[in-house]
Amino acid sequence: MNVASVSTPIVAQTPVDQSALVPKISIKNLDFFYGDSKALKNINLPLYANKATAFIGPSGCGKSTLLRVLNRMYDLYPGQHAVGEVTLDGENVLSSRLDLNLLRARVGMVFQKPTPFPMSIYENIAFGIRLYERLSKREIDDRVEHSLRRAALWEEVKDKLAASGLSLSGGQQQRLCIARTVAVRPEVILFDEPCSALDPISTAKIETLIDELKEDYTIAIVTHNMQQAARVSDFTAFMYLGELIEFGDTSKIFTSPGDRRTQDYITGRFG
Amino acid sequence: MDLAIYSRRRRRNAIMVTASLAATGIGLAWLAVILFGLFWEGFSGLSLKVFTEMTPPPGSDGGLLNAISGSLIMTVLGVAIGTPIGLLAGTYMAEYGRHDKLTSIVRFINDILLSAPSIVVGLFIYQIVVRPMGHFSALAGAISLAVLVIPVVVRTTEDMLVLVPNTLREAAVSIGLPRSLMIRNIAYRAALSGIVTGVLLAVARVSGETAPLLFTALNNQFFSPNLNAPMASLPAVIFQFALSPYKEWQSLAWTGALIITLSVLALSIVARALAASRKTS
Repeated sequence: MNVASVSTPIVAQTPVDQSALVPKISIKNLDFFYGDSKALKNINLPLYANKATAFIGPSGCGKSTLLRVLNRMYDLYPGQHAVGEVTLDGENVLSSRLDLNLLRARVGMVFQKPTPFPMSIYENIAFGIRLYERLSKREIDDRVEHSLRRAALWEEVKDKLAASGLSLSGGQQQRLCIARTVAVRPEVILFDEPCSALDPISTAKIETLIDELKEDYTIAIVTHNMQQAARVSDFTAFMYLGELIEFGDTSKIFTSPGDRRTQDYITGRFG
Repeated sequence: MDLAIYSRRRRRNAIMVTASLAATGIGLAWLAVILFGLFWEGFSGLSLKVFTEMTPPPGSDGGLLNAISGSLIMTVLGVAIGTPIGLLAGTYMAEYGRHDKLTSIVRFINDILLSAPSIVVGLFIYQIVVRPMGHFSALAGAISLAVLVIPVVVRTTEDMLVLVPNTLREAAVSIGLPRSLMIRNIAYRAALSGIVTGVLLAVARVSGETAPLLFTALNNQFFSPNLNAPMASLPAVIFQFALSPYKEWQSLAWTGALIITLSVLALSIVARALAASRKTS
């Protein structure tokens, strides 16, 4: 920890073995527009399989925008478009011929605010499963339980699966949303500031969860919390004003960043 | 501090408060007088007979069975025809075409339709349904009520769906849910009580309509479930009986008016309770 000042977050992750890395998603020369204004400028970046990549940077730098390109969420709104190339296992995500529903079943997303569906806890999860798989009641029950266990929520809700998802606390709702995402068995999970509306205990639970989920999924997480980025990610991308300033090993970004702006940001001098 | 400025302001304030209270009082007083008159005259004629006997010929006793059943049949049918159309149009406006030019045009026209005099609607249906058919009919009455239901349902459906947060739509879409399923299973569910409230308000609105029925369903002295024939309705019977010189008819008209008022009141209370439960959930 050479640049380490008092405010540099502690990095929990050990440096990654570079030779074993497989890019799950590759972003090449990506520009993004809200109407005429350019929000992302020439982004180039890999998301490695079974690794967590954190996106950090001050508000408005484009980290959430970038995340929303990966599952084409921006397609819901007119006037937004992306130029460049984003591939998921070699397949172009930005292609107009792509089936968006299948893409989103493969690339799940957890949002800043917990968004349980207006239905029971059980249905919140079973609903997504039934979309793409024809399973028996028994199999769905198992999958619901497995997903809730995966999201560390099972013990708290197993006796009230019929209660409304909206009756849970904020932290529980967020874990319900993670369970819901996991239940459809995506390959990539995008987290868009998943803890910014939660208390520290719930945050810790979700961070542990993300760490475990890496075994099975490729993870991308946008966060404003530097410590969180350092704790949960293997790779970190620092963005500023729509540009990718620096991308690399989390331990390297937080200990010896190559760019002055990265260092200023992670030490809390701006942002 | 210039106390004169302050006391002048206080005086003005007192005058404004008094004027506002007086205006409210005048408005409420008329409503009270109307309701009192209605209850006074209406309750005295209320008996079991009202619900079991047909409208009588002049000078004899009778009830309002044919009018009540006619009103029920035509209102239910009108709402059944109008609700799906209004629901789908409102869904298009809020979900598929929220940013389209077509939506703002439809919204503008819908707002005009919402405040169109119902007698115009009655004449319109007379022209396109009654004349080609060659006779008055309950069906034509129901269609004219449906035309009144549609703009109310369009408006509330759109408003309630727009209130559903986009984050919920994104969450639904993010697990690979196609848009049509997202609307059916998530957006409708989130907006359900509001949409139901809109339909109830539409029922309340049409159940007292007279003008469109006079041109379409006309009236009928007897009970008839035949949709292809003229049918009695409470408003039409009230109109006919209230203008007549016969005591029994006038008394029945009062009772009919009371029944409509109470039903609309009950519907409004249910609608409000639903809307309130929406806010707390």
